[in-house]
Order: sequence, then structure tokens, then C-alpha cells
Amino acid sequence: MSFARWIPAGLLAGACLAATAQDARKEIEKYQQMIADSSPVELFELEGEALWKKRQGAKNVSLEGCDLGLGAGALKGAYAQLPRYFSDADRVMDLETRLLHCMTTLQGRSREEATKRVFGNEDRLSEMEYLSAYIAAQSRGVPMAPGTSHPREKAAFELGRKTYFYRGGAWDFSCASCHGEAGKRIRMQELPQLFKPEYARPVVATWPAYRVSNSQFKTMQWRINNCFQQMRYPEPGYASDITVALAMFLTATGAGEPYRGPGTKR
Amino acid sequence: MRRLAIPGAVVLLAACASLPVGEPPALSEQDLIEIHAVLKRDFHTRGIATMARLEPDAVQRACNLHHDHPPAELAKTLEAAQLKAIPFPAAGLMGDWRNGQKLAQSGIGMQWSDKPGSASGGSCYNCHELSPQEQSFGTLGPSLRGFGKTRGSGAEMQRYVFGKIYNAKAYNLCSQMPRMGHSGTLTEQQIKDLVAYLLEPGSPVNQ
Repeated sequence: MSFARWIPAGLLAGACLAATAQDARKEIEKYQQMIADSSPVELFELEGEALWKKRQGAKNVSLEGCDLGLGAGALKGAYAQLPRYFSDADRVMDLETRLLHCMTTLQGRSREEATKRVFGNEDRLSEMEYLSAYIAAQSRGVPMAPGTSHPREKAAFELGRKTYFYRGGAWDFSCASCHGEAGKRIRMQELPQLFKPEYARPVVATWPAYRVSNSQFKTMQWRINNCFQQMRYPEPGYASDITVALAMFLTATGAGEPYRGPGTKR
Repeated sequence: MRRLAIPGAVVLLAACASLPVGEPPALSEQDLIEIHAVLKRDFHTRGIATMARLEPDAVQRACNLHHDHPPAELAKTLEAAQLKAIPFPAAGLMGDWRNGQKLAQSGIGMQWSDKPGSASGGSCYNCHELSPQEQSFGTLGPSLRGFGKTRGSGAEMQRYVFGKIYNAKAYNLCSQMPRMGHSGTLTEQQIKDLVAYLLEPGSPVNQ
């Protein structure tokens, strides 16, 4: 006796679809393993190191004197303790915000010049992207531990948390419209519930990341910017408080996960 | 294995941080004012995505204040106002399902990278299953497969589907579905084409 004939067609279709999604995931995993040995990220890290050491700006100095929170020039584990509050700037800063601060103060570059091309393309990464690859890589194995004790750090977390659930814009979207419920997808792309630690941890442990689908290297500032673009909002300012607050919310939610990036995304 | 390598102190520190991790917040009137002020300060118009989009309307306000579960009376009042504002065409709500299919597939439009005046898609497949021939569909919204076949395609149903696409908030105030007509994303004719895609017996959705 066959039970198969009693299985509703919808269930079968569901099973086939699940198989398709699983196959797609397996293929991506396979590809990720394949490119791991010859990941372009290593080349980006090398380019980032050169830019870190390159003399630039009105003061003609390198970024080697930049303090990312562990002292001037200290890079080992520095990315993993961001975002955090910096008293010299009186602001909570993520990596890119801090780098921009060093470019304008230490190197004497104008904000306009330093932010002219913050998001690169498949032909050439931006300076920020190269630097992010180089600096983040030096936190591999270090648990993510952003600042969470200073009142300003707590305030940034709280602003990020509330904004995550705030609906607005042309399409009435909040972050939670897509990243709110478990097991949802846009097309075939699975959507992590980023306000929950179990979903945020692997995400914050792998950004910035190389994107296989378009051969580009992307930072968290870009990720947030692109979400707002798809939400049909106007554009958030680069390294603005709102973007840092969202990065703080995500990173603090995913805290404790050892950093294993820069990662590889679909 | 990797977890074992985490120094105990770090784990303890993480546990001691008193941040309300993992819990959705309740948004107060004051929160809405503050977030709106931050958005106005930190965002800028780019291309067609203007700052005017950040001005909250009564629907967004109610849904934010009540965590998408407004009191029944308030929801009823606001839904009625949204419904009243839908410009239903006098007759002939069935467009061309073939064009509707193209619109359902297309996710372009309304982004700052889109040219002013360029036509938008409906982004339907981003969130809904529709035709069994399209396996790449999102699951944020309910499956609409066989929609017309199971619900019929009479005048009432046509009117409902047109209205729902034009302004989903007229039927369910805090629906996550964008108000495709109300927001200026889709034109009347485009929505008619989507009505046909959902309801026409010959549409792939109903095969």
C-alpha cells in the first residue's frame, strides 16, 4: 500500500521547493568553500594595508597613528570592540566613522574628499572598503564585544533598537518588516531576525564581506545604506549617527561571537 | 569547539551587559518624535527619494504606537478613511494579465537609483507565491497561488483586489504590504493588469 498518493499536491510542491532552496544553499556553500582557498579578500587586505600606511592629506601622514580604541596604530582585535564611544570625538563610532574621523583630523583631509567614493564597484573597491578588509581581518578569532557601558553607547543601542521597529517611508517599512519574523524570504533570500542574538551573531561575525554575486566587497555602512534604498527611504548620511546606532544595535545583539570575517556572501 | 576558546571573562562581560537584547521595544509618542527628528537630521534627498517620504501619516503613527496592533475602534476609523480615498475606476477592472505578470516579476521603482518618471514594477514575487511556474518567490506575504480559481473573479472580487493592491491598509491597517497605488508606485492601469493576473481564469496564477 502506497501512502504517497495520499500526500496532498501542495505538500509535495512544498517539499520540492524546500529541496530547491536547500540545493541552492548547498551550491552556495560549495562555492564558498571553493573560493575560500583563493579568496580575493586576502588581496583586498594587502591593498588595505598599503592604504593604511600611505601618507595622505594636508598633513601628509599615514593612518598608522589612528586610534581605533586600543591605542594609536593598534589593530589586533580593534575591529571586534567597535562600535564604541570615543571621548576625543564625543561620539559613538563604528569602524568607518572612526576611519573618516582619522582621515579628517590626523591626515587633514576634507570630509568631502574623504567621502567622495565610499562605496566601490567590481572594478575597484573604495579606500574605505580596502581599509575595512585589512582592519577587520585582524580581529579573526576575537569575540565581538562592542562598547555597551558608556551612557552614549547605551543611547546608541536604544536608538538603533527603536529605529529597527519604526515604520516609515514611501512603503511603510521598518527593518522588522522583512527582518521581523522567523523563516521568511524575499524571493529565495532568507531573512535573519536580526534583533535576536542567534541570528545577529553569525551576521556581525562575518561583515564586512565579499559578495560573490557581484564580485564586490561590502561594509556594514553599505549594507545599512542599501537596506534603506530598498525600503524606498531617502538616503542616510554616510557615518551618520543613525547608521552607527543601527550598527551598534546589531553588533551588541550579536556580541560574543568570535569574528571570522571578512566573510563571503551570496 | 570554537566556543571553548572564548575567554570566560568575555562571556561573563557579555552576560553582564544590561542591554535589552532580543526584545522588541514599545514606541512611545516621545520616541516617535525623537526618531523623526533623527531621521530628518541624518537623511537627505537623493534622486526621486525625497525627504517628504519621512513625514509620517496617521496610519504609520497608529501602527508604530501600537506595535502593529491598534485598538479595534482606531483601526476601523483609519481603515475607513483609507478606503474612502481609493479612486476606484467606474468599470472594467480587469486589465491584461500578461502585462500583470511582467509587473509581478519586476521589483524596480521608487528607489533613489530610479529615474524620475520611470515605470515601477509591483514587486509581487518578492513576497508572494503566484504562478506555479515561478519557483523563486518570497514568503513575507501569503501564497496567492490559484487566487481567482478559489475565490472567483466577479465584480466584487475585482473591486476588492484593486483596492487591496491600491491600499492594503484600507483592509488591514498595519499590513506589511506597501500601499502600491496610494504611494504612487503603480498606476491605475498597472493595478488593473495585476487584478487580471490574479483573477483571469487564463492567467498562470490560476492554472
